[in-house]
Amino acid sequence: MAERDFRKKRLDRGIKARSDTIFAVASTKEILYLLAPRFVPVAILLLLPLFLESYWNKVLVYACIYGLLALSWDFLASCGLFSLGQSLFFGLGAYIAGALNYYFHLPTVVTIPVATLAGGVLCAALLSPVMRLRGVYFAMVTLMLPLLLMKVVETTGVFGGTHGLSSLAGFPHEMLAIYLAIIGFLVCLFLFRRIMNADYGLILRAIRDDDRSVMSGGINIYWRKSQALFIAGAAGSFAGALMTHHYQFVGMSTFALDYSILPVAAVALGGPGTFAGAALGSMILVPLSEALRALGGLRIAIYCGILIVSIILLPEGFFHYLARKYHQFERIEKIK
Amino acid sequence: MTTSSNEPILRVERLKKNFGGVLAVYDVSFELKRGEFLGIIGPNGSGKTTLVNLITGFVRPSGGRVLFKGKNITGKMPYKIADLGIARTFQMVRLFYNLPAYKNLIIPLCSSRVRRMRGGKYGEKDDEAVDLLDDMGFERDSYVPYKQVGTLPHGYLKRLDLARAMALRPELLILDELFSGMSMSEVASTLPLIEKFNREGLTIIMIEHRLKELFRVVDRVLVLNFGEKIAEGTPDEVMAEDEVKKAYLGIDVEIPPDPGTA
Repeated sequence: MAERDFRKKRLDRGIKARSDTIFAVASTKEILYLLAPRFVPVAILLLLPLFLESYWNKVLVYACIYGLLALSWDFLASCGLFSLGQSLFFGLGAYIAGALNYYFHLPTVVTIPVATLAGGVLCAALLSPVMRLRGVYFAMVTLMLPLLLMKVVETTGVFGGTHGLSSLAGFPHEMLAIYLAIIGFLVCLFLFRRIMNADYGLILRAIRDDDRSVMSGGINIYWRKSQALFIAGAAGSFAGALMTHHYQFVGMSTFALDYSILPVAAVALGGPGTFAGAALGSMILVPLSEALRALGGLRIAIYCGILIVSIILLPEGFFHYLARKYHQFERIEKIK
Repeated sequence: MTTSSNEPILRVERLKKNFGGVLAVYDVSFELKRGEFLGIIGPNGSGKTTLVNLITGFVRPSGGRVLFKGKNITGKMPYKIADLGIARTFQMVRLFYNLPAYKNLIIPLCSSRVRRMRGGKYGEKDDEAVDLLDDMGFERDSYVPYKQVGTLPHGYLKRLDLARAMALRPELLILDELFSGMSMSEVASTLPLIEKFNREGLTIIMIEHRLKELFRVVDRVLVLNFGEKIAEGTPDEVMAEDEVKKAYLGIDVEIPPDPGTA
């Protein structure tokens, strides 16, 4: 009976302003309230490599690479393109960087930017014929393309075939790779958030919600979608190029299903639509998968179990949950 | 006006559309002069909205041609047609309910047509959007232009859709049942706006079921029934025709023509 006399009361804390472009900030406390959730995670991520041992630093690079793929997935999803082929972006970037270094001996300062841009262009070009497809049809094509490219490499033996291209140029120092991954990941995160909050992103989100309405506004939605494919493709290709030079090797495994599925799982865990959710999700999932490695074969089962439970209990995603809690007071009060 | 004013701004030639065996629009032809105000009426299912969709490119015609300013626009993509200067509203408004009202106008204001009309550059889009809404009766100093679309009453949604079409700075405006679901007072306040646009030289096609309001503003009426044009002329001429009376009042109801043989 005692439970009935009390209830949990929730109040929104948020700072209210009429326009979403004007913030009325009154005190340092409020400034901190707004900035802390942005600066604290960034600072932690930037300082973390200094305190971790080499093995966990490698995991951190992995987390950033998956994070980039998750961000790229979330970006496409924001304009209504649900992809199951992040490994296409990843593999293209990895192979472009690898091939440029292997055949033309270009240094990493050239191969990574070129792979990023060329990867973006190739992704947009490869997927532009299916841009008119939506939902599950687009997803199916994106799922098939990396598998197709993988088989092409395997059967024709181009780019080293099943052996891949090895002994490529690496980074002069391990820390350089780590910080390149972290900074690339953070730049991508904040850039994507900035893009989506601008008028440019408003149109992309509108295309997801109602493409006919956008067309009647005189906007060429296919051109916009190919731009989005380029941006997302470039982010994924950068991750691939980074991976190639970090491991000094590129092979067929870059087109593997893992690189397509794990980013989707990361977004599902973190919460779609904000990019912060995608980032958070990959920062949880990748280290978790490493931590469970000691359990051997059972780790996949446990990993999947955790994923299913979190999706059922928190369908909105971790990030939305945390953001909501951050903006609310909660207290137990007595019912009169 | 230049010499081209004699040439019709829009010419529809024997336009046809069938969805499977259903003839939605059959052999409809008409012309529209620059600055003219045309009303299209007809019973439910007579093909009015399909005709709009055919002109604006949302549905591909099965036959016939649409010429806008002498240029063939048949089967072009909707954004291309909007870019040429045909704006439309939707019978069921297609707005973005999770955005503030004024942000809905950002989409047409980002189009290349608006940039071209402004002399190659975009303006302050947020301010322009609020200006446009102010013209449509969303008082700029009230909370209304900044509220989420989902929280606005239906009459405002219709006017927001009209503002969205006008943001494109069209040469031809097509209104697909703008007044449906509007209250009498909302109609009374919106109608003068549309008349003003027409007086300022905008060519307008208006599809409407509220004949009293429509007949007050249009120059000419076109009547559709079962996808075919059954009458055309001034409101009085059209309503005097037997076919129109039959279609509207159900006097001496006929069995619809068999689509297979029509």
